[in-house]
Amino acid sequence: MTATTPPGVLDERFEAERSVGPRLDELWAEEPGFVGFVTTVNHKRIGRRYLVTAAFFFMIAGLEALVMRTQLGSPDNRLVSPELYDQLFTLHGTAMIFFVATPLNNGFGNFFLPLMVGTRDMAFPRLNALSYWIFLFSGLFMFSSLVLGMAPDGGWFAYVPLTTDRYLPGLNLDFYTLGLLFLAVSSTVGAINLIVTALKMRAPGMSLNRVPLYVWAVVVQSFMLVFALPPLDVANLMLFMDRRVGTRFFAPSKGGDSILWQHLFWLFGHPDVYIIVLPAMGIISAVVPTFSRRPITAYPLVVTATIATGIISFGVWVHHMFAVGLSTVSLSFFSAATLTISLPAGIQMFAWITTLWRGRVVLSTAMLYAVGFLVAFVLGGVTGVMFAVVPFDQQVTDSYFVVAHFHYVLFGGAMLPLLAGLFYWWPKMTGRMTSVRGGAWSFALVFGGFNLTFFPMHISGLLGMPRRIYTYQPGIGWTLWNLLSTIGAFLLATGLFFTLGLFVHSLFRGARAPDDPWGGNTLEWATGSPPKPYNFPVIPTVHSANPLWDGSTMASMVEHRDDDGRTLTAEHRTLRTSELDGRLEAVMVMPEESPVPLVTAALLTAAVICLLAGLYVVAAAAFVLLGVAVLWWMWHRPEVEP
Amino acid sequence: MQRSSRACWVVLCLACLSLSAACSGPSPSTLDPQGPKSETVAGSWWLLLGVAAAVCLIVTVLAVVPVLRRRRVAGPRSGDGMRVVLVCGVILPAIVFASTFGLSMRDLVDTSRAPTTPRMTIDVIGHQWWWEVRYSGGPAVTANEIHVPVGTNIRLRLRTADVIHSFWVPQVMPKMDLLPRRVNQTWLRVDRVGRYRGQCAEYCGLQHAHMAFFVVAQHRAGFDTWLRRMSATARQPVDAMAQRGEQVFTSTTCATCHTVRGTSADGHVGPDLTHVGSRSTLASGLIPNDVGSMSGWIANSQAVKPGNKMPPQKLSPADLRAVVAYLQELR
Repeated sequence: MTATTPPGVLDERFEAERSVGPRLDELWAEEPGFVGFVTTVNHKRIGRRYLVTAAFFFMIAGLEALVMRTQLGSPDNRLVSPELYDQLFTLHGTAMIFFVATPLNNGFGNFFLPLMVGTRDMAFPRLNALSYWIFLFSGLFMFSSLVLGMAPDGGWFAYVPLTTDRYLPGLNLDFYTLGLLFLAVSSTVGAINLIVTALKMRAPGMSLNRVPLYVWAVVVQSFMLVFALPPLDVANLMLFMDRRVGTRFFAPSKGGDSILWQHLFWLFGHPDVYIIVLPAMGIISAVVPTFSRRPITAYPLVVTATIATGIISFGVWVHHMFAVGLSTVSLSFFSAATLTISLPAGIQMFAWITTLWRGRVVLSTAMLYAVGFLVAFVLGGVTGVMFAVVPFDQQVTDSYFVVAHFHYVLFGGAMLPLLAGLFYWWPKMTGRMTSVRGGAWSFALVFGGFNLTFFPMHISGLLGMPRRIYTYQPGIGWTLWNLLSTIGAFLLATGLFFTLGLFVHSLFRGARAPDDPWGGNTLEWATGSPPKPYNFPVIPTVHSANPLWDGSTMASMVEHRDDDGRTLTAEHRTLRTSELDGRLEAVMVMPEESPVPLVTAALLTAAVICLLAGLYVVAAAAFVLLGVAVLWWMWHRPEVEP
Repeated sequence: MQRSSRACWVVLCLACLSLSAACSGPSPSTLDPQGPKSETVAGSWWLLLGVAAAVCLIVTVLAVVPVLRRRRVAGPRSGDGMRVVLVCGVILPAIVFASTFGLSMRDLVDTSRAPTTPRMTIDVIGHQWWWEVRYSGGPAVTANEIHVPVGTNIRLRLRTADVIHSFWVPQVMPKMDLLPRRVNQTWLRVDRVGRYRGQCAEYCGLQHAHMAFFVVAQHRAGFDTWLRRMSATARQPVDAMAQRGEQVFTSTTCATCHTVRGTSADGHVGPDLTHVGSRSTLASGLIPNDVGSMSGWIANSQAVKPGNKMPPQKLSPADLRAVVAYLQELR
């Protein structure tokens, strides 16, 4: 089933490891126990934490969906009150987008981007720790609202004026605005960190045309985040001030504008779809070549498509507003833009398909999920194209048809690839293999449950069922389709819990994983399973886009085995290279572990909680302390040797 | 991979089955169009569905076949596959998308171009969580029921009294939002006599689920009679019970929120009740308009539609019976 790398390919690394490994082990060793836990800046530990935390949030947000599906399983059901239902669907959407899909991508990005570009850590390891802690605390902040019975209840899109304090008083929406502003700090610094790592820290020889497609996807996604978050942040800040300070940006009765929010929100919101889907597609671009035993077809086109998606996605937001009553001219423009953005998706789709056809396919669990993705994503794609037809959009938008569509895009287009990535990289992350038969069951249950949940929603939508209703009446033809969706949701949940069990089983009972169990083509497979804290004993020279398949890249590890410029056996060191050609520029000294990111994040958390509680003076004090912490951080620079 | 292809078949069969079901029955189905706008959209839908199904089928086959065939060695390394990707991934989709754009523009023109001769104008005002309906040029006001003459172009002016709502009658016309401080103009025409369910399609708070309404298309004569009746002030109650009901209504809190034209009740918080007895449902399509439901609603509407603006009414059983009798007579 699984072909391992031809014997000999990894011998070079073992040889390199023998000569410098012991010294590096000592240099990169971390404090054990609790101290190490809170001070670590190791990108792999942080990446793992992102994945575990996001998986935990996924479980909560998924259970919320299960409650909603149970409520909608029969008409006039009274399982949950309308208050609770509104909180559930708002938090489900908000959490899945911000606290599950994006951080799962971030987890893989953190763990694998440095490995794939052949470096020893992220560009700013402490900033990396900071962005994790903020993610964790903002997530706990957001979910605590549900425990307190005050979860946001204005929909994940929080349209004004409904979400102004006049219509939804209480702390619910303040949890939303503050929680998202809070998280945005984490996402922004995380994105910048990934961009700098990918542009400045690639192994020598990894010119841009040799960068793995997954890394390309993460870089484009990170740029998108940096540009898409500001409109959302501004909107949330304005809404928070409207609710608390008495500004009137969004209060129509006082001259405020309700459409402004929609523009700002979707100017973030549409790029965000691709912020979630692009890196997931990047995972497919990693999985498909490995299991087809073939380099990806049309690499330059796929890169172009990835970048084009990133750019065009900023020009389609108005298709979320086709029913607002905008001018025909803007409707036509955004109809065309919406169609244009489907072209890059077509390129990627056929690049994968062509790779499959030209290769010899090995049907691993990751590959099952990848093929499942292809099928699901095309279904989500064709309905997406339908939405470009303006009157059709006006007919089915805000109905269950659109719920079906974006779950095919987000679950089919992002969660299935993320699961593919999890099965693909699990051995690398944990050093354990997963059961092949269990994997097939996992795929069958998840894929079946997913389709049974979301396919019938196309029909209930066409039959006139609007979104975000906590119940519906019998006798209007919606009952059967909702029942099917509910059954599907339970099947999907079963599949996901089974998958969780599979991974837990593997962790304790799984077979030991070799370093390169799948015969992969990118540099992460040249490290141990799990990788050593320093990743590479010798930083290799990259000779092609498929460094593990070209022979010379691995050989370079042995060549440079005695070159201190590549083994870097002092402090935490790695190499800095040029952005375009990956030419060696300098040796960088990386910061070591530190408690300061955690302290900074904790102070920010305190400030946010005080803002929520209306303790503005205390909040101001916390912000001052936060400033002090940042100064302290800046002062404690590691000494750089001349 | 066989499992997934089997799943695809199941999905396909389900789809066919369901679509045939969707075209009949009592659903407010977009695929059972009764007016020109929904008809345009439904027509495009079947075309789009055909193309979409073909694309899905082709891609699924292309993705699954190389997985199923057991090749021992990778294919020949000839060419880099660029051309295949360019043709299948760019040129063919571009042709499909260009045609889709044409379709989009045609439909957009068809549905948004206002007919030259709107025969009448109706104002629809969204409230949390009901619909106020005013017939322009006359005193007729009603709620949650829009009567229209069949086959007539009608101009709609959509406004909201509070948050954003969206006007949607799947069988008659696609959505149009109701926005604060704006009037959205659109038009509708119903081609067949009948009663068509509509519902608010923009999340508008707690009872968004219960903000339905009906478009009732009547022949011209029937409509004219109805409109004349709606334009009149309320009927004087004849029997003693209803007379007592009127007195209770105008002297208690009822009158602060509701209007009954021709009496002293002139509140504007809740729906106009001048002809409430003629409506078929209460609470925006939630409950039938009969003595039992109405009594329950007045006594404690919060149990029926939690969060609505009407507080429970502390009326004695006799007063409650009288008020209900009075309101039921307001036809």
